[in-house]
Amino acid sequence: MNRLTYIGIAIAATFILAALFAPLIVTHDVTAQNLAIRYAAPSAEHWFGTDALGRDVFSRVVYGARISLEVGIIVVTVSSVIGVFIGSIAGFFGGLIDRFLSGYLFNVFLAFPGLLLAIALVAFLGAGLGKLILALCVIGWVGYARVMRGQVLKVREYDFVQAARALGAGSFRILKTHILPNAIQPLIVQASLGMAGAVMSEASLSFLGLGIPPPAPSWGTMIEESRSFDILYNAPHVLLFPGLAIALTVLSFNFIGDGLREYLDPKQRKR
Amino acid sequence: MKFKLFRFARSVGLTLLVIWTVVSLVTLLIELVPGDPATTILGETATLEQRENFNHQHGLDRPAFFVSYNSADGLKWNGIENRYVDYWTGLLHGDLGRSFRTDRPVLDMILERYPSTIKLAFASMLIAVGIAIPLGVLAGTHKNTITDNLASFVALLGISLPTFVIGPFLVYIFAVKLGWFSPTGSANPEDIILPAVTLGAALSAILTRMVRSSVIEELGEDYVRTARAKGLSERTVVYKHVLKNGLIPVVTILGLQLGVLLAGAIITEKIFSWQGLGLLLLEDGIGKRDYRLVQGCVLVISITYILANSLTDFIYRRLDPRIRLS
Repeated sequence: MNRLTYIGIAIAATFILAALFAPLIVTHDVTAQNLAIRYAAPSAEHWFGTDALGRDVFSRVVYGARISLEVGIIVVTVSSVIGVFIGSIAGFFGGLIDRFLSGYLFNVFLAFPGLLLAIALVAFLGAGLGKLILALCVIGWVGYARVMRGQVLKVREYDFVQAARALGAGSFRILKTHILPNAIQPLIVQASLGMAGAVMSEASLSFLGLGIPPPAPSWGTMIEESRSFDILYNAPHVLLFPGLAIALTVLSFNFIGDGLREYLDPKQRKR
Repeated sequence: MKFKLFRFARSVGLTLLVIWTVVSLVTLLIELVPGDPATTILGETATLEQRENFNHQHGLDRPAFFVSYNSADGLKWNGIENRYVDYWTGLLHGDLGRSFRTDRPVLDMILERYPSTIKLAFASMLIAVGIAIPLGVLAGTHKNTITDNLASFVALLGISLPTFVIGPFLVYIFAVKLGWFSPTGSANPEDIILPAVTLGAALSAILTRMVRSSVIEELGEDYVRTARAKGLSERTVVYKHVLKNGLIPVVTILGLQLGVLLAGAIITEKIFSWQGLGLLLLEDGIGKRDYRLVQGCVLVISITYILANSLTDFIYRRLDPRIRLS
């Protein structure tokens, strides 16, 4: 793996640890307001300064990691399970089932620009963590299903699958024991890039006011709250730190995804 | 010829099928609204009569679909007197319904705002291409050097930085600190620059990577060796021969990204208060719970996206004979 992948792993690990141990790391209550110290610049007391309501930006950024990664992990897990299931069925059974799933259903979900579908769902369902996760899963699964279908189509033609079939193994057993373990590798790359996508989408929806409602410290909400001319002029740090946090998290999972892709694909490794 | 016609008919058929499904889904989205849209719009204090009037005015008193189910009557057949058919009938007559809030035709409201979103999308595309081609060529012709790594890093940064991070930072630097542009609005012609750069940043990053790998691939082809052997300057070889062939996949990405840009414009429009379709969807639609308007905006953006993708696919096939023949 290249150097950028290791940098990605290091950054991602830092954020994961921060999210896990957030209560031990934070220096202040994330929702505690103190208007007397609003817009305070970074200092020894407030490492990343304070926002418009005098809340500690560092503590909020740390707790924001918790929200972002929690959403990311749930969305990636749920959508990959659904995607693997549907993709495997399409690839393994072929025929009409495949024509319906990959020829029609996948196209329908790909026909919406991803974020727009999520926005539409949340707009009609109402905002909130559960609905946000649901919306992101609805737009997320199809990517995994497509990759999985392609993989299963390839692996099902291998000799060992034919051998298992000749030995009388049933479809479910062949799929579970022989095909899935050999088809799952590219899913790891997809999951890593999916994690970056989910973190970005959560922040985007929260930024639009359609995600996790304030005062929860979602990075997207923090950016939304800090982009007025007044705050940008007086206290740009309020925007800087959550912005950096999102950028670094997304960048790290993209680094990991790119690195893994290169690592798992010998053709790319040689280049 | 027959085979080509069949393929064309099949892809048109699939596109129509997808459009039908998308319209159906959008039509039924309104059923997801928790509670009653009339109460949401008119408020808790509205009388029963006011709510009934509202429902009648917007056809909400009619059944949602051909069949309905409730615990008292069980499964019930409603015939064609339902909202799903109403919406389709309206749509085929160019009518997207009337806004729940303003009672204006939704189509008029959309058509007022759509041009400025399209203007923004094309401006951002122009900026993205303007950045990506020189940067990608530079990286591709200097493969594995510091220049290449730096260009690749900038590209990855562009992909990883969300619009709503880039936008406010650009505002901070160019509007707040330097005072070159106004932070929001679209009053002056130059006001489009910051939103276009914000929206085009991710695209320029994707394109830079594409141009780079295209250039690297094409540089290894025989015709490049011939061109060099003829004594052409490296500049002519790269810009006249390599780039011409290397741009085919870039055209595809551009087409596919047009829809992404239109959808992504929602965030950019919010940052810069750009009076386009995205802001209409967010503020007048979602913000005021005008579900009919939300339906219309989602539908128009989705259909544009589908049509842009189908058109790109078609142009791509025309551009590259290898794909056409296979």
